[in-house]
Amino acid sequence: MATASGSLVGSESEDIAERTPWSAVLGDLIRRKPLGAAGGLIVIVMVVSGVFAPLIAPFDPVVNDYANPHVAPNLTNLLGTDQFGRDILSRIIYGARTALLIGFISAFVGAFSGLVLGVASAYFGGLFDMVLQRFMDVIMAFPLIILALSIITVLGPLVDNDVLLVILAITIPFIPHCARVVRSSALAIREIPYVDAARACGFNHIRIILRHMTPNVMAPFLIMITAFVGQAILLEASLSYLGLGVQEPIAAWGLMLQGGAEEYAESAPWIAVFPGLAITLAVFGFNLFGDALRDTLDPKLRSQ
Amino acid sequence: MYEYIVKRVLLVFPTLLGAAILVFFLLRLIPGDVCELRMAGEGAYVDEEALAACRANLGIDQHILIQFVDFMWGLVRFDFGLSMWSGQPIVYEIGLRFELSLQVAIMATLFSIIISIPLGTISAVKADTWIDYVVRTFSIAGIAIPSFWLGILIILFLLIFTQSWFGVAWMPPIQYVPIWVDPWYNLSMLIWPALATGYRYSAVATRMTRSALLEVLREDYVRTARAKGLLEKVIINRHALKNAMLPVVTVIGIEFAFLMGGLVVTEQVFNLNGLGKLFVEAVTNNDYSLTQALVMVVVTIFVFTNLMVDILYAWLDPRIRYN
Amino acid sequence: MRKHVSTLALALGTAGALAFCLTGAAADAAPKKGGILKYIIPSNPPSADGHRETTFGTIHPFAQFYSTLIRVNPDNPSSPTDFKCDLCVGEVPKPTNGGKKYTFKIKKGVKWHKLSDSIKTSPEHKAMTKLVGGKELTAHDIAASFSKIVNPPKGVGSPRKAFFLMVEKIYAPDNNTVVFDLKYPSGAFIPALSMPYNFIYSKKVLDKNIHFYEKNVLGSGPFQFVEWQLGSHIKAARNADYYYKGMPYLDGTSAVFAKKYSINLQALRGGRAYIQFRGFPPKMRDDLKKALGERLTVQEGDWNCVLNVTPNNKVKPFDDVRVRRALSLAIDRWGGSNYLSKIAIVKTAGGIVYPSHPLAANKAELQKLAGWWPDLKKSRAEAKRLLKEAGYPNGFSFTFHNRAVDQPYKIVGTWLIDQWRQIGLKVKQRVQPTSQFYATLRRKKDFDVSMSFNCQSVVNPLLDVSMYQSASVAGNNYAAYEDPKLDAMFQKMNRSGDPAEQRRIMRQYEKRAIDEMAYQFPTMWWYRIVLHRTEVKGWKTSPSHYLNVDLSNIWLEEPLLSAK
Repeated sequence: MATASGSLVGSESEDIAERTPWSAVLGDLIRRKPLGAAGGLIVIVMVVSGVFAPLIAPFDPVVNDYANPHVAPNLTNLLGTDQFGRDILSRIIYGARTALLIGFISAFVGAFSGLVLGVASAYFGGLFDMVLQRFMDVIMAFPLIILALSIITVLGPLVDNDVLLVILAITIPFIPHCARVVRSSALAIREIPYVDAARACGFNHIRIILRHMTPNVMAPFLIMITAFVGQAILLEASLSYLGLGVQEPIAAWGLMLQGGAEEYAESAPWIAVFPGLAITLAVFGFNLFGDALRDTLDPKLRSQ
Repeated sequence: MYEYIVKRVLLVFPTLLGAAILVFFLLRLIPGDVCELRMAGEGAYVDEEALAACRANLGIDQHILIQFVDFMWGLVRFDFGLSMWSGQPIVYEIGLRFELSLQVAIMATLFSIIISIPLGTISAVKADTWIDYVVRTFSIAGIAIPSFWLGILIILFLLIFTQSWFGVAWMPPIQYVPIWVDPWYNLSMLIWPALATGYRYSAVATRMTRSALLEVLREDYVRTARAKGLLEKVIINRHALKNAMLPVVTVIGIEFAFLMGGLVVTEQVFNLNGLGKLFVEAVTNNDYSLTQALVMVVVTIFVFTNLMVDILYAWLDPRIRYN
Repeated sequence: MRKHVSTLALALGTAGALAFCLTGAAADAAPKKGGILKYIIPSNPPSADGHRETTFGTIHPFAQFYSTLIRVNPDNPSSPTDFKCDLCVGEVPKPTNGGKKYTFKIKKGVKWHKLSDSIKTSPEHKAMTKLVGGKELTAHDIAASFSKIVNPPKGVGSPRKAFFLMVEKIYAPDNNTVVFDLKYPSGAFIPALSMPYNFIYSKKVLDKNIHFYEKNVLGSGPFQFVEWQLGSHIKAARNADYYYKGMPYLDGTSAVFAKKYSINLQALRGGRAYIQFRGFPPKMRDDLKKALGERLTVQEGDWNCVLNVTPNNKVKPFDDVRVRRALSLAIDRWGGSNYLSKIAIVKTAGGIVYPSHPLAANKAELQKLAGWWPDLKKSRAEAKRLLKEAGYPNGFSFTFHNRAVDQPYKIVGTWLIDQWRQIGLKVKQRVQPTSQFYATLRRKKDFDVSMSFNCQSVVNPLLDVSMYQSASVAGNNYAAYEDPKLDAMFQKMNRSGDPAEQRRIMRQYEKRAIDEMAYQFPTMWWYRIVLHRTEVKGWKTSPSHYLNVDLSNIWLEEPLLSAK
């Protein structure tokens, strides 16, 4: 079936997803995958909160109000206030913004770098592949939190912006995981005859990688991104809990759990409960959505 | 097969070497000085002479390559030396915590297996029914809930529950006693972090079991077995489950390796004297020798566990002997 | 009629109850023997050597094993001038030879600990204990210990050497006398001598291995070593041969290391610990009081620690005295003292000297200093005016460097940023973990304005304020300025033997350093809130968490007395 390169791409895309109107796909999704739909809803709510935070949040998340610390949830402060008197609901809404920012950027940059490296590794093979794989192995052998910790302490003095620092710390461990998976998928495809044919026709490496191999690994790639976003949010929370993530007075869910939350856990449990709930819901939503996405795109694929 | 094993084993060494180099140079990039922290950590003033003496004692004033050679030479002889912060032998420091981390890891793994295999099986067999949805929700919650938040909630729950039911607030013990010395005390301390971690761990394993089992159940030989009229139960237990166990074992193995030293945050919450807590202290104290040793221990465990799992995988399923 | 009777009855009843309380309290004042004191330490000791370490993490577990020459009076530890003999006989001696010679007579019959055979420990530990266990402690041991502190040999660290610069010679003319010859008379010598780090070690042991005490415990104090599990806990048992007869009251102690304050709190609540000797934040005090009620005792007071704002005098615009004064004037210290004390471990708005020390400025004197004026509006208006004059009519932005510890650093940091916002300054907070914080503050000095702190053990203001001297003179001046006038004042103050003159010069020193030139300035003094079970008796709080932790005068009441 090898004609012009354009139609090659077309035929491959057809393998992956049917071309049907969006509304039909949506209705189908909700009916067949209620969990996925629920997940999708949570994701949408989160994205909307993050984007429209200044419009939705009742209070400024940063201004201290020493007259009203640790106020229990009431009609003014629906989720109560923290030890500085800041409204928790507002901080959670703005926290969605931080979480999404960190989550999406880390996930995309990490996954994309992993994609490039994985595909290149699979495609070129040989020494390049071996060296790169060893390097990835080394990074993967470090427990995630240890790697993130090291990156933050090392890069801390160099990078002034703590959000950027956290993004870097979370992105770097993602890259080898992504590369690994992508590489397996890409390896399977490398063996397919049309690639050899493309080489024989004289198409250069980059073209082959971009036009032929990459679309086939799109499915696992997309699934990985949704999983990564969830993981990034969790990792950011862990880092902030250890005191190494974003710093005050930025509103971030993990940061809200650090410091005062545990100390006041008994007398002011809302400080600890709501941010934790927010994190859980967010990761939950992304995971459900990711699962449903995977099942829809290609049921035979099981990301390890 | 042997060729594969040899190849895999040989690949371990460059990984370990790479990890050693990475950790060594990474650490020395972190600003801060163990001597300064120790002598002037709480705002006290200390003179340069004392600091210089301290640094000379620890050997950190030498040229970085000399320190590197010392480090590598020590690794080769399995001589980790002394902790720069406390001066205690590192083997002793790590050994104490290793016991505790190992116990928590084992208990968490046990919980995980007990929960995940039955749940994953039910979920796969009753795929896309409400039972499946409940199980999947339960397991995704396990992944979504931050482990330290769960830990906080558990401790809070214990305190409040015991207060309201027994009138006296009870919290888990905070001193470690080995299980063979006082089993009840030990278990009453470690069961909570094991539960918190095991739940999360089981979440991953449940999903893995479910998807692996689903895939196997669609295989031809299962359809043949069904056609032959074998009981569903027999099919699952005898044929499907065994074949599905492969990826599950992989996941459990890898996660277990992860538990040793990866439990940094959980150990903070429950105040466990384990490897994760030691690691955080070592890094914050700029204790190069201890951090290096810890990282090497954790990485080695991880790499060897992966190796075992890969070999097991290749042995059980000849189709999977990828490069 | 009935109303009057009931009121009367109430009054009588209350009076009676009160009387009962008072006599009741007096009745259980007699110490009871026995029991194990369980306490919790929010730190992990790096080593057991008090001479070498500077952290309370070493004092809290290990001070109970050792004797010191003199110490802060354990029954009156809040007084910064009340020192008592521990190993010496009688009262703390007055100096002779024009204030340059201190002669101490040493108690007879003080014995080194013997280790019980059932204790598992290193062979070296056992060998050294066999060497000196049961033998008498002499003046030679004291001289050797202090020589190690004042004049450490090569390879041995002594971070408090600078406190003993006035010491010329230490010697023991006989077994029961130790003499200190000073270069010049100094009011700072006795407080320095009484520092809790000055454990007395055995000369014999030090001669054999000067590093022995880093990993091993061998003392003559109220408690002796049982077990030390690294990173976990430490256990001790009563020293039956303690030289204060009848003490210690406790059978033993058991301390757990746990850095997190929430764990400390839960331990107290759940009965896993009875006391923590450092301090708790105010909200935890309130919560625990609600939970335990009468079973909890709160002891609070000023802490010998202060948080300072340290502008980098070498960096624009902080090289301009007007900008620095503006920074100080913007801060509402009196107001902060009020509401910050509800959420952070700070309270008193003081000057550079520990607030209740005789050398400290009283309220009237404080209110004359810029930044401590009673009228906040006036202060802030002046701050804005100074900024305008310095060329920043609309303020400017800078980064505030802080330590990544919540109490009180980050909380006060967040508050400071809010204060500066109100005079038009846009401040970002840059927080670093402790080690990196010090690297930036002390080594690289690449900060705009940083938080810094000054914590000491024994209140010794003459030495504690050394940080305000020129950076080339004072190693702990991180503000990078030179001022020979301040150096001269400091020297004069320290060489003077007359407290009135010391006070007069101190006021001048203070005014110049934090008001006129505003090189660096204090914000709030810390506030120590110690929480413990009411059944723990005999322990009194003090200005420093380094003091009064030898546990010899503590006893337990039921039910903790019989608790396992």
